[in-house]
Amino acid sequence: MASPDTAPVRHWKKPPFIANPLLRYGLLVLAAAYLIWAFGSLPFNWARISEGLPRAARIFSGGFPPNFDRYGLLLTGFKESFQIALLATLLGVLLSIPFAVMAARNIAPMPIYLVGRAIIIVSRSFHPVIVAILFVAAVGFGPLAGILTLTLYSIGFVGKLLAEEIEEIDWGQVEAMRAAGAGYLATLFYAVFPQILPRQVGLSMYQLDSNLRASAVVGIVGAGGIGGTLMNAFGRYDYDFAFAILLVIIAVILLSEGVSGWVRKKIW
Amino acid sequence: MVDHAERLADRVWQRYDRKERLIRYAVLLLTLMLVVWALRDIDIFWPWVWDAPNQISGLAGRMWPPSPAGLANILSALLETVHIATLATFLTIFLALPVAYIAAQNTTPNRVCLWIGRFILVASRSVNTIIWALLFVAIFGPGVLAGILAIVFRSVGFIGKLMGEAIEEIDRRPVEAMEATGASKAKVIAYAIVPQVMPAFFAIVILRWDINIRESTVLGLVGAGGIGVILQGSIDTFAWPTVATILLAIIVLVLIGEAVTSLLRRKVL
Amino acid sequence: MLVIKDLVKQYGHGEAVLKGLNLSVEGNTVVSIVGASGAGKSTMLRCINRLVEPTSGSITLNGTELVNLKGGELRRARRKIGMVFQGFNLLDRLTVMENVLAGRLGYVNLFQAISRRYPQADIDRAFYLMERVGIAHYANKRADELSGGERQRVGVVRALMQDPEVLLADEPTASLDPRTSEQIMMLLQSLAAELSLPVLINIHNVAQAKTYTERVVGLRHGKMIFDGAPVDFNKEALEAIYGGIEAPDEELAPPPPKEASHGVS
Repeated sequence: MASPDTAPVRHWKKPPFIANPLLRYGLLVLAAAYLIWAFGSLPFNWARISEGLPRAARIFSGGFPPNFDRYGLLLTGFKESFQIALLATLLGVLLSIPFAVMAARNIAPMPIYLVGRAIIIVSRSFHPVIVAILFVAAVGFGPLAGILTLTLYSIGFVGKLLAEEIEEIDWGQVEAMRAAGAGYLATLFYAVFPQILPRQVGLSMYQLDSNLRASAVVGIVGAGGIGGTLMNAFGRYDYDFAFAILLVIIAVILLSEGVSGWVRKKIW
Repeated sequence: MVDHAERLADRVWQRYDRKERLIRYAVLLLTLMLVVWALRDIDIFWPWVWDAPNQISGLAGRMWPPSPAGLANILSALLETVHIATLATFLTIFLALPVAYIAAQNTTPNRVCLWIGRFILVASRSVNTIIWALLFVAIFGPGVLAGILAIVFRSVGFIGKLMGEAIEEIDRRPVEAMEATGASKAKVIAYAIVPQVMPAFFAIVILRWDINIRESTVLGLVGAGGIGVILQGSIDTFAWPTVATILLAIIVLVLIGEAVTSLLRRKVL
Repeated sequence: MLVIKDLVKQYGHGEAVLKGLNLSVEGNTVVSIVGASGAGKSTMLRCINRLVEPTSGSITLNGTELVNLKGGELRRARRKIGMVFQGFNLLDRLTVMENVLAGRLGYVNLFQAISRRYPQADIDRAFYLMERVGIAHYANKRADELSGGERQRVGVVRALMQDPEVLLADEPTASLDPRTSEQIMMLLQSLAAELSLPVLINIHNVAQAKTYTERVVGLRHGKMIFDGAPVDFNKEALEAIYGGIEAPDEELAPPPPKEASHGVS
């Protein structure tokens, strides 16, 4: 072995992630301070929380085995959820096209672009449950509020992706149509839509899956579907029925995820 | 001979096309039937539907102009919302990483752990945050703890699944090299796996934090803390101008969250 | 001294990749192992440090039987077997120094490994070896910022940091350009002499094998069919090893003149 002491003694330390020590320790202290502050400022009701474990035991022992006796109610709830998801997807995907056109930089005039973007941003900012509670307030309890909610939700999601897709289209086809003397609408239908259509079909399948998930929860605030049934079961301490509903929700979501993934793979 | 082969190929191609077209029409017909069934069967009182635009614009009219009263309350509730999202994301990390480790095929200790890990991920992901919140409100009572736990339980599946995929996609070769030096399992992880998944880890956590901000705005609707509590309160008391202010505040919060996220992404990655 | 006896390796139920291999390497000889792809070169090397589990046979290193070792014993044995890889297998996102020090992972404890607090002796040796191969000025550079030849030098230094009793090199030059690969071969040759270390090099390039090693072993279909000095490795031996499989021209080219490759350190 060659002896290492032919070289002078040298030190080595791992170069730190952040070179400036002040910044490095400052950030650490800041993060720790934030965690302490956040944790300290939140209103925890410790007395109530301490009852949690016995309650959990009661809920879970009440929930097992799950009770499928009222399968009629369960089925009705799921049927309604599915109907909501289906109709909302259809409406949403159709309506998302004009909004996407409005929100695409390259084909919409500036003021219209801003309006389109604003609509998409607003509909994406709100969780569907918040939108649902507003629609319930406006049009009353029931599946109509659910459909309106998920339609808006779909417009936000599909519209955004579609607008990005339109912004990336092959511009040559548009120019060709314009050179041929086509009007604005004709250009849209012959040069823009054919390019985005394949993507739109895949997106619809994805959105159907995602609406089915969301339709399970908008019911919690009264917008129809299985969520309402679940909320009622929880409210009446029917934990065995609630767990039955939960299990079926999980199964349906897994199934829908599988089907949607399979279909998208087929047509992509 | 050539002619014959060509005709054959032609025929095969036509048949395939007809089959494809048939499938297409069948799918279209099926969808149409489903929609008709859904429209006729769904429990909707149609006159309400035609009246809906009036109702909605009526509600919007009652909301305008947004009332600045109670703004201090709203801001502190927003802060609470952010705290819930941040603390929950932070706590999730400690739960999600071990789950990701046992749910990744190349690091899992054995098959039992693999299936336990996958079960945890699927269970967590298939139950929506608000349903988790419902459960935890029933257990721990209304309040922020239920909200934090709900977000944690939903995020474990998200971060765990994506981290597990990141671990499965690492380059095997450094792992082999570290094993060849005689390093123990823990050291192999620290040197060959952790550095490789670090960028994915930051990206995933930042992404989930952004999502959690949105999700924590609705926790309050089932009593699990945050801005949703006062939103529900204002709706119940028909204080529509306040509702409008809260909605604007949520939009601002979500936009700030998005801005912070993209800033972090640029700084860290 | 490394002794391989009756080594057999079979993946699943297929045909065995190694069919009763015998080989012993002593002192500080540099041995090259040549053979077509699929001849079992890589499998043989990986059986020695048990990255691949041998099906049967025996491998002893300085009297220690390697085939039956488990857990901590296996790890202690692996520390004494350095390995250089075809794809360098560096920790790309870590610095060169961390890569080099990773060669000591079998010796330091977990805390030292994670906090990067290696003993001063390790750091001295790392600097000494890095200077020896000409990469010391890159110590704090990320490994993926280096060129191919520099990366392989990091790989070599990492293996030497293990203080190995034998060095295995699996196609160490296959991912490098011809000039750089000459340099790496010269480096391995001279380091073997300096550290009096036996070296086993899997290599595809017969010309380089003949130039830089003292003994050539030829494998075909998992069997040794040539073992001798480079001068005895003639056209018939080449034909026996590669015949009917592939006909690479470069193997028949004359070995490059030694003074052409003076780029090492």
